[in-house]
Amino acid sequence: MFSLELLLNALVAGILLGGFYAAVSLGISMAFGLLDVVNIAHPVFVMLGAYAAYIMNVRLGFDPILTGVLFTPLFYGLGVLLYRVYYASFERKGAESLRGLVFFFGVLFIVEVSLLLAFGVDYRLVEAPYIGESLRIGSVGIAFRLLVPCVVGVALTGALYLFLSRTFYGRAIQAVAQDAFALRLMGANPFRVKGIAFGLAIATAALAGALLIMIGPVEPAMNREYIGRVFAVAVLGGMGSIGGTLVAALILGIAESLTATFSGPSWSVAVSFGVLLFALAVRPAGLFGR
Amino acid sequence: MAGRTFAALAVVVVAAGLAVTGLGVNQYYYFAAYVVLQYVVLATAWNILGGYTGYVNFGTPAFFALGAYTAVVLIQSMKAPLVVQLLGGAAVAGVLGLGIGYLTLRLRGVFFSIATLALAVVLQTLFVNWEYTGGARGITLARPATTPLGGSYVEYLFVVMLVLTVIAVATAWWIEHSWVGRGLAAIRDNEEAAECMGVPTLRLKLVATTVSGLLMGLAGGSFPYYLTFIEPASVFDLNYAVNSLAMPMIGGSTTWMGPVIGAILLGTAQQVATVTISSALNLLIVGVILVAFVILAPEGIVGLVQRLARRGRA
Amino acid sequence: MRGDYPLNSTLRSSRRRLRATVVCALVAALVLSAAWAPAALAADPIKIGFGMALTGGLAANGKAALIAMQLWAEDVNKTGGLLGRKVELVYYDDQTKGATVPGIYTKLLDVDKVHFVVSGYGTNLIAPAMPIVMERKLVFPALFGLANNEKANYRGYFQIMPAGPRPALDWTATYLEVATRQTPKPQTIAIVGADAEYPHNALAGIRENIKKFGLKTVYDATYPPNTVDFTPIARAIKATNPDVVFVASYPPDSVGMVLAAHEVQLRPKMFGGGMVGLQFAAFLTKLGPKLNGIVNYDFWVPEPSLKFPGIEEFLKRYQARAAKEGVDPLGHYLPPWAYAYLQVLGQAIEGTKSVDQQKVAEYLHAKEHDTIVGKVKFGGNGEWATSRVLQVQFQGIDSGDVAQFHKPGKRVVVWPEQFKSGNVVYPYEKALK
Repeated sequence: MFSLELLLNALVAGILLGGFYAAVSLGISMAFGLLDVVNIAHPVFVMLGAYAAYIMNVRLGFDPILTGVLFTPLFYGLGVLLYRVYYASFERKGAESLRGLVFFFGVLFIVEVSLLLAFGVDYRLVEAPYIGESLRIGSVGIAFRLLVPCVVGVALTGALYLFLSRTFYGRAIQAVAQDAFALRLMGANPFRVKGIAFGLAIATAALAGALLIMIGPVEPAMNREYIGRVFAVAVLGGMGSIGGTLVAALILGIAESLTATFSGPSWSVAVSFGVLLFALAVRPAGLFGR
Repeated sequence: MAGRTFAALAVVVVAAGLAVTGLGVNQYYYFAAYVVLQYVVLATAWNILGGYTGYVNFGTPAFFALGAYTAVVLIQSMKAPLVVQLLGGAAVAGVLGLGIGYLTLRLRGVFFSIATLALAVVLQTLFVNWEYTGGARGITLARPATTPLGGSYVEYLFVVMLVLTVIAVATAWWIEHSWVGRGLAAIRDNEEAAECMGVPTLRLKLVATTVSGLLMGLAGGSFPYYLTFIEPASVFDLNYAVNSLAMPMIGGSTTWMGPVIGAILLGTAQQVATVTISSALNLLIVGVILVAFVILAPEGIVGLVQRLARRGRA
Repeated sequence: MRGDYPLNSTLRSSRRRLRATVVCALVAALVLSAAWAPAALAADPIKIGFGMALTGGLAANGKAALIAMQLWAEDVNKTGGLLGRKVELVYYDDQTKGATVPGIYTKLLDVDKVHFVVSGYGTNLIAPAMPIVMERKLVFPALFGLANNEKANYRGYFQIMPAGPRPALDWTATYLEVATRQTPKPQTIAIVGADAEYPHNALAGIRENIKKFGLKTVYDATYPPNTVDFTPIARAIKATNPDVVFVASYPPDSVGMVLAAHEVQLRPKMFGGGMVGLQFAAFLTKLGPKLNGIVNYDFWVPEPSLKFPGIEEFLKRYQARAAKEGVDPLGHYLPPWAYAYLQVLGQAIEGTKSVDQQKVAEYLHAKEHDTIVGKVKFGGNGEWATSRVLQVQFQGIDSGDVAQFHKPGKRVVVWPEQFKSGNVVYPYEKALK
């Protein structure tokens, strides 16, 4: 059942999916890749973003993307706050990695259960005029439900990339990732810089959540299914490389889409993790590692 | 603690367990105790790698499930008795542990953790698609009609798990008090330095990963007869990863006692919560306990007690 | 957790760690026994125990079922209880984890001393309770498990879900019964489902049926439960150009498949079959007109042919309560059955005037029972003697308004003949206009 049309469509679907994966993984790439903060709770913040989009959509009829953008400052604040706790409890004492991980596991449960208590266990969806519609270019069909997340994901990646490479704070974040001590000698405060970076990482979750609920129904415990994927993308992308994150996300998306189209979709997730395992064994620093 | 004291303690624990089964205690407590003991084994096994060497394994469900599914295969193919299931499960999971050990050659820190997570996903997909062990539908397994020691099968499972617990804890105790433990501690503190000093790091790590995997497989080996129904989603549950990591963290990850205390406390708390607070609050409690412990008592209960004791002496 | 405070003074040196361990264990044991102390017994009510998914993956349905069961207990107690004794429900949250089930049921039986146990919701949570129930020879009314009794053939098992005597086969046959009666008669079929318990069972069932009905399978695949994007799957199916598409899916993937089918313009002659989730208000309202033409299984819909006595009053009361609890506001899918499986148990207790497990089981086998879901007759293996799986077609849905689904006409029963309330619009494409 192989045909050029199918292949083309599978590639396009993979790219669309990849763009979305990039949006979900950017926060991990920054927190984990650049700052060495193993924020395993990132997907649960994406969930929080999805529920924000849901409530604004149901109550006020807001478009999910609009909610995503509106909520970024709030999520940024949440991120800064969370980083303060993390810093005071672990990083200052130089005991971050393992205990930090457990800390975020705890945060994951707390946020997940709070969502459960607030919204119940039922699946939630949003409404938007473009969900379920699609666009056709020649023999290639593109679903708006997936196109919008991809475009937003790529735009978000671009924006972050520009921020990190062109602005003062962006460069400071890159610097703190390489050598916090040197940065301190130069008169900058690594704690503040890292706070900003972590705030940004969580802020991306507001948008990513809006994209998630646009693609399909969500429920609070769903965040767990994304933990593996986002870490895979961040590691494959080379820890903190923003461009690398996008490339890795696209590779994963395309791998999943091709497997789903041409062989059993049953294996699609295993294939993307297989790619990860292989990449780790061959080149542990990821594709674009420092 | 001296070896003799430890051995005496082990004997007392098993004897006490056997004595309890003679008292005709309510069946429910065996089920509850079995689950708690299973967590003692898993937490102890996790700690041999995670606590002693600092390699954080997210793949506990992979080893546990491999043990369980090996047992399923043995039941399906030859109706093997429980002891054979346990040995088989342990052996296969131990081999996987050995493989993971070679991974540590290339992967350190969080990369290693991610790899173990990925491993669990790949293995789960494998079992979802393997019809012989029930596939995604799961498989129902009937327990043997008779129990080797008399009494109910649940009592028997409880005694078996008690023995496994003693084996696991004794192994951890031995590692801690031998040259292996000292070598592993050197790896935890600084792997490069240890290597330079002539510590056979790879060999030691292989011992740690193999033993850790083996013990997890052992715990999984009796799971089919405990639950009598096995399906991928429940044996590959993320909860096994979370609990086996959280329990040593709460108890204290540098000694054999930490995971035991952590598993008994957290495991019991979860068991009690299951039959008292019937709501999502159950999970919330686990979350809050975790956060509170890592912030307020970073060395776990054992560390906390030691610190308080030292202060009391001063 | 409080165990460490009393130790402060006793622990002077690290050499006394052993004592610390023992004390810790003792304290833990004390905490345990305090927590497990049985509550004071009320004035001898009939206790019915069960575990139910109140958190975890199946919690949305589990909570809805619990509301229905509580309504039943209220109804019975209002009219004087059973055998003149009040009825009391004792239940715990099984967290949708099979591993909690053996503990819960032994606790119910040995500590809480319940008189009867009924199952939780779903195959995976019924299975781990079976050995306990069989060992003690208990009556076990069960709620929506597929073929749980296939191997054991246990006489005390009663499944309220009307799948039929050969669950997976009878369930999926209904879809092909509808399909093969249409003209032009479909020749090819594509089947797809999630890698999970129910979908795999359903796929196994339909594979058998496909042979029987003489169709040709052109696509047969499964996908992992956490699949994000279904368009590649829908497209691969479209490439094989099947006449009929059968989907066995769980709620989130049902939505994914319906959306993807529209996006890639998958237009077989018939689409649907075994999609779980297209019975719940949340999805009905969000998918709205995109549901038109889909033929899918169901167990009860508000069609005139299915107006059994008591069902409407029940739904009114359920809906009032569901609004508060944040669960499915329609309650057409699981809640009536959760009410009914207690109803049959209650009738058997009244009918035999006893709480004897053996007598109650034999009564349940022998009689036909009147419930809010109609007449229930169990076969030898505890499944319904004859299947009553409905196939319904979504017709004339023009908005996402929830009110329309309370009324008949939107989910038309097209199978079986006995309950038929309309004709199939065939092929699928015609219903989309």
